[in-house]
Amino acid sequence: MVKPTRVTNRIRALRFAHDEMTQAELAERIGVTRQTVIAIEQGRYSPSLEIAFQIAHVFKVPLEEVFQYPGSQEETT
Amino acid sequence: MSKILYITEKVMTLEEKRAWIRLVVAVAAYGGYVVVVLGRAAGRPPAEAPYAAALLWSVGAAIVAAIVAEVVAGAVNPKASRAKDVRDREIGRLGDYVGQSFVTIGAVAAMLMAVAGWDRFWIANVIYLCFALSAVLGNVTKVVVYRGNFPQW
Repeated sequence: MVKPTRVTNRIRALRFAHDEMTQAELAERIGVTRQTVIAIEQGRYSPSLEIAFQIAHVFKVPLEEVFQYPGSQEETT
Repeated sequence: MSKILYITEKVMTLEEKRAWIRLVVAVAAYGGYVVVVLGRAAGRPPAEAPYAAALLWSVGAAIVAAIVAEVVAGAVNPKASRAKDVRDREIGRLGDYVGQSFVTIGAVAAMLMAVAGWDRFWIANVIYLCFALSAVLGNVTKVVVYRGNFPQW
């Protein structure tokens, strides 16, 4: 069944905290198009694990500080 | 708050433009072909109309038009990203997968019609119709996914 992604992220806040990094700069550093960064930020596209780690490396934070996923307890309620 | 947080500029990647171009070209080429053949039939049954030249011209013109339009689109707006990344490839694969079903349907239908002895007009046209539907459905899928959410299964 087709359903939207449940992965959320803090990329926008992290960009702001890193000298107001632009979407284009982030895109260039991880080797994707700016449209892909926009789609990831807006939760319209779940990136591959490799791109997710690259984004975390750019901001020098653990993966969990960039991407979040609802816990199992939340799913069952 | 900084303006970087609210970028509203809508610049398509080259791959999204290609999907739009191929969608429009497929609809225009097939629509033009149908109009020409029905015009030539002029009230007679469609199978009696001369169709072969129109069909070949329609297919050839669609290929040339798509190539020219993609070159022009790239030249007119050099700001648009020419890069192709993993998301473009995933969307491309999804669109091709969705559109491919009509190619299979067309091939099976044509095979059954040939076995049943249908007129060549109908066999050629069911194949062309399914090619056109494949292009339309595949490219509509790509455009919808580019504009919205990438589906999760």
